[in-house]
Amino acid sequence: MTLTAAQPFVFTGCVELRQALDHRATDERELLERLEEVPAGSVFYHTHGYFLRHRPITTAYGNDFASWVATQVRDQVLAERLAVVNPFEFASLEHVREELASIIHDHLLRLPAVPRVEFGEPFYFQQSHIVEVSLGAGATTLAEFRAGLATVDASAIYFHMVEARARLGRRAGDFAEWIRTSLGMPELADGIELIDTYMTSLERVRARVLALVDGALEASPR
Amino acid sequence: MIRVEDYRRVAPPGVVDIILTLAERVRGRRFLHLSGGRFGSGPAEILQTLVPMMSDLGIDAAWEITGGDPGFYTTAATLQAALRGSERVLTDEALDHFVEMNRVNAKKLALDADLVLVHDVQPATLVEHRAARGRWVWACHFDASRPQRRAWTFFRPFVNQYDAAVFALPNFSRRLGVPKYVIHPSIDPLSEKNRELAPREVAGVLRALAVPQDKPLLVQIGAFTSADDPLGVVNAYRLVKKHHDVRLVLAGTSGGEPDSLEILGELRETAQADPDVLVRELPPDASLQINALQRAATIVLQKSVRESFGLGAAEAMWKGKPVIGGFVGGLPQQIVYDVTGYTVSSVEGAAFRVRHLLNAPELIARMGAAGREHVRRSFLITRHLVDYVALLIHLSR
Repeated sequence: MTLTAAQPFVFTGCVELRQALDHRATDERELLERLEEVPAGSVFYHTHGYFLRHRPITTAYGNDFASWVATQVRDQVLAERLAVVNPFEFASLEHVREELASIIHDHLLRLPAVPRVEFGEPFYFQQSHIVEVSLGAGATTLAEFRAGLATVDASAIYFHMVEARARLGRRAGDFAEWIRTSLGMPELADGIELIDTYMTSLERVRARVLALVDGALEASPR
Repeated sequence: MIRVEDYRRVAPPGVVDIILTLAERVRGRRFLHLSGGRFGSGPAEILQTLVPMMSDLGIDAAWEITGGDPGFYTTAATLQAALRGSERVLTDEALDHFVEMNRVNAKKLALDADLVLVHDVQPATLVEHRAARGRWVWACHFDASRPQRRAWTFFRPFVNQYDAAVFALPNFSRRLGVPKYVIHPSIDPLSEKNRELAPREVAGVLRALAVPQDKPLLVQIGAFTSADDPLGVVNAYRLVKKHHDVRLVLAGTSGGEPDSLEILGELRETAQADPDVLVRELPPDASLQINALQRAATIVLQKSVRESFGLGAAEAMWKGKPVIGGFVGGLPQQIVYDVTGYTVSSVEGAAFRVRHLLNAPELIARMGAAGREHVRRSFLITRHLVDYVALLIHLSR
């Protein structure tokens, strides 16, 4: 274990700039067809990005596709099947896309007619551009890391735990990676890496990381 | 003097620090806003606060307006109405004159900037005179998804000369040849319409409006037009009144249109027959009255049947009120169903949800608190400022 890291951890918040795409769906078959052709960034926006946009309120559906099918098409069966897709379990966005598409395809095979929006809104595909924002001077000890984590904007939790893993290819997440490599605390790093960021709020993720860090701080020699 | 630091006490924790850090990256860059006027609702209301906030951050922010003769203003208004989908007559001569007047405007205005944000229709054709450097973005503050065909045929080539466009919702636009960004509008929590009011102030304003506070108040603020459906609200109130002793307040502006005057007449007749229906015509600058009425409300209704992205629901939620709104425009974005209020599609639906809330006072308090937090995160001007600065950074990469 290293008490002071040579490489400080710099918290990075993020701002999401949304872009509307010229793709929309008014029934479940169109949803399938458009889902297969939109850029991977749009799949990311409607799955992982859901947790950044819905951060003050616990999410009910887990991704925009399930939410639309439930609230606009009113097809609870497909909504439930889409809602349980945990995007964090897949190695790439193409795998997430494939899983979602195969669920819709399988669902449609069992139906005599394609469920469509009757009174609600079509599904509008979007994607996002992330603007990174460095926050603070950086932490070199676990105690400084804890202090920074407790007060940093929630978008930093999203950036280091979701964006870094899913879009930037840092599979362990930035918190676990820094604690493992710069502080030499593999057990704490493993614990943070195992935190389930799906179907929860960023504040709850923050609380879980803080609890693990507090445990490590209490256990460490003073 | 508007200072970004003043928003630290109302914005979500950490947001002002994000704004200050983002602003460091664009300090000294010129950010020019172009609009059709400095007063009224819509972009002018937002820019009155956003531009000073940008200046406070060290951004070289400027706001210019276009002007011309009466024909120019008439054509701009007609064109915008046609782009919103109304059937209007637009002659070639009027459109040529509109473009010519903006050519004159271009000679008078300093259009050189790192980012030029052109708001709505009146200044839009200035893009023909853009300087070589800098990015130009058209910010459309209305629903342009169903424009009159002739108006769109004329207008689309101008939009395609921009580097990007901004809409309040993804479904507010037609297919374009440029990227379309989505930025929701916002409310200023420190403005006269939204600032905190002491109960004594609220009571004083309500006394002046002759609105007694001895019964639960159902309040709808909005124009007396078919789009805002005040008659539908009266019908919903009648269904509620069978079970709850409540008072309905309909406050807004008539606008003087024939449709509006007819609705106002019907509402006045209703109010004469039922002392618990209060109709209050407000002047355009009635910010304090709107603030007080929303704060005095038990439940706020925004039962529109047609709407762009009005912020009445966000204003009411900021005051801790549950909102029952129509399932149109930006209302489903503002109202989180069953969390901050309800979106409804009928008079009966509105009545059912009002009764549901009146029977569960604890739900009113819980939804009100959730609504305030939702607005704090998603609909305050600090979020709008972040989005605009992020747009500047993104487009000038």
